[in-house]
Amino acid sequence: MSAVVSDAETRPRAAEGRAPDVFRPGGWVPMRRYSENEPVDFAIVGTGCGGSVLAARLAEAGHSVVAFDAGAFYRPLEDFASDEREQEKLYWLDERISGGADPLEFGSNNSGKAVGGTTVHFQMVALRWRPEWFKARSLLGYGHDWPVDWREMWHYYDLAEDAMKIAGPVRYPWGPPRGRYPYREHELSASALVLARGCEALGTAWAPTPTASLSAPRGLAHPCVYRGFCKIGCATNAKQSMLVTFVPRALAAGAEIRDLAMVGRIETGRDGRVTGVRYHRSGAWRLQKARAVIVAGYSIETPRLLLHSACPAHPDGLANSSGLVGTNLMVHSNHAVWGVMEEEIRWYKGPPSLAVCERWNYDDDKDFDGGYAFMSQGPLPTDFATALVSNEGVFGHRLRRWMGHYNHMAGLKIVGETQARDENRVELSEETDALGLPVPKVTFGYCDNDRRLFTHAQRFMRAVLDAAGGRDLYETADTAHLMGGCRMGVDPASSVVNADGRSWDIDNLFVCDGSLFPTGGGVNPSLTIVANSLRIAERIKALARRGEIG
Amino acid sequence: MDEKPFETPYPGYDVLAKWDGPSWNDATRRVVADRLENVPPRRFLGEAEYRLLRSVIETILPQPERSEAARIPVEAFVDAMLWNNEGSGTRYADAPPPREAWRRGLAAIAAEAERRHGRSFETLTAEERHALLAAIDAGETDPAAWEGLHPRRFFRHVLLKEAVKIYYAHPLAWNEIGFGGPAAPRGYVRLGPDMRDPWEAEEVRPPQALEGAP
Repeated sequence: MSAVVSDAETRPRAAEGRAPDVFRPGGWVPMRRYSENEPVDFAIVGTGCGGSVLAARLAEAGHSVVAFDAGAFYRPLEDFASDEREQEKLYWLDERISGGADPLEFGSNNSGKAVGGTTVHFQMVALRWRPEWFKARSLLGYGHDWPVDWREMWHYYDLAEDAMKIAGPVRYPWGPPRGRYPYREHELSASALVLARGCEALGTAWAPTPTASLSAPRGLAHPCVYRGFCKIGCATNAKQSMLVTFVPRALAAGAEIRDLAMVGRIETGRDGRVTGVRYHRSGAWRLQKARAVIVAGYSIETPRLLLHSACPAHPDGLANSSGLVGTNLMVHSNHAVWGVMEEEIRWYKGPPSLAVCERWNYDDDKDFDGGYAFMSQGPLPTDFATALVSNEGVFGHRLRRWMGHYNHMAGLKIVGETQARDENRVELSEETDALGLPVPKVTFGYCDNDRRLFTHAQRFMRAVLDAAGGRDLYETADTAHLMGGCRMGVDPASSVVNADGRSWDIDNLFVCDGSLFPTGGGVNPSLTIVANSLRIAERIKALARRGEIG
Repeated sequence: MDEKPFETPYPGYDVLAKWDGPSWNDATRRVVADRLENVPPRRFLGEAEYRLLRSVIETILPQPERSEAARIPVEAFVDAMLWNNEGSGTRYADAPPPREAWRRGLAAIAAEAERRHGRSFETLTAEERHALLAAIDAGETDPAAWEGLHPRRFFRHVLLKEAVKIYYAHPLAWNEIGFGGPAAPRGYVRLGPDMRDPWEAEEVRPPQALEGAP
């Protein structure tokens, strides 16, 4: 499909000492090259919120770093079309077997395949966690505690927000006081004002959403032009994805990035320690030696790679003496309420979720554990139509008439916390993909608490949308985001890695991405993954300084 | 069932009129030109399967106001998707892979038509075709015809979903719903309710009344 735009998906671009300059059409930046046979300090698998942040911070500290990504290295200004179908090239579309009582949908919902990872098509909502969530078990009575203090995370949130120049409001109504956001908030769109009007009618607080899209110039990138295609790739570079933030930083600091490079196995020595990664690029399997490996492939690919790298010293997969690799996979329930407004909304304009209500993350007078945020919506035509037909089964002239209301629609959608459960997990199937790698098999089901949460949310959002003047309301169900699968913790028996992301079993193997989350929280995960990665980068640098890694 | 045809609130709006303007970049022009000029030939489905698919598509997304040359050829892009064996990233554990699901699902629709009417789906009236698909969506089906395929899941999550993904990715569909269409590098200036930039569709008449929630 995308061959009409460029050959980014078929020919590696980051090669021969140069990599694409994401800020200039046809441009290049110099890139350091490392030999495959000389061990580098760190081989990093993945370049999303985990991998690109570590690549940048470790290279800036003087380490030799090679980061691998299975996806293409795009220049958004020339490679991204204003077209939903074409931009499916940003999704991880390799087959995954999805089972369980409530099987998950992958691809656009939660899985990216590009340098920059899933952030290339994320929704840019940049919310901090409620402090108590980091000690959910001790303070709120559900889930698991994080092995991290919220005040430490708060510090790294400051750094993450600055690195991504988050545009946010002067006063945010929930949680502890925070400093000013680096950039001013965006103008509210009509769809955001629907949320505001409904919340105000019910006496509930709302806020302009802190958003990872520029509200003022930054370097060569212009402010957001409110084009509205954010979720399928920003073609103007206003969106602060990893592709235009930490990836260029990593390259400038001397990291090498290898695009279209699928890591299939982590190699181990006779002592059981890791020695490098085997990866597929340009039609051949290759080996990169490394003193340490950091896995940052997100909640499906990270467990898949660890499990598939089983060896005599680690017969159940790497880092898996607890048997927990792949377990406790979480998503966010993504239930929504939609309605027709009297006025024209034209929700295709601007970042889709410019207003947010976090009341039910902070108010504990409710019949479920965990929390949810809900936000205003702005789906593009096929995104909206697929939710309508798959949830409601509308077809015929009636479908076209419904779609005729596209410019009058408004919607509210949650990011709802689901509970961590052992049985929701990633395993390897018996089937193999085109590269001979085992196809992952994912099992997922909601528990009663999850159902109470989204039932509560739909009731509340219905009241908000009704109060805002919405008519002909209807509901849809979906999921978004992935978290968990390689929980971090304080005990080798009940976690895969420690607070540094370091495997309890193998001292030169780390995990750093959303799979570390012990619990999911009721907000979009990207900002927290970036903050946690910035924290882990400091920990790894400290370990390296003390000579405790290689 | 309701056969009141669709009427666009935006007559006269044409996103393609912005082709050479600042709302379209080269990447988008290449993608949309390819979609308009290179309608894929039938390569995967058999002739009979393809005829049936087209009839199903015309029931799901009827386009009575368009000539044969002007209609959005959804079935051609379904066939191309199957020919290219394009993945969606998800294969449900209890469902066959996409190619097999489409073949089996289409055969099941044909079998349901024969069972209920003793005729092929394509020869049924529009009302009969609509009622048949509604019955499939309601699960009023013959299990033997579906060979383990879940009728509603096939109808909604495979057939309807793919059909609307193709239909509403076409400039004619963007026109009829008043979508701004491609918007890079120029985006929008006026974001508020009932506000419209000069390069957005003008609502000439209100959208048709709905009979309550879907």
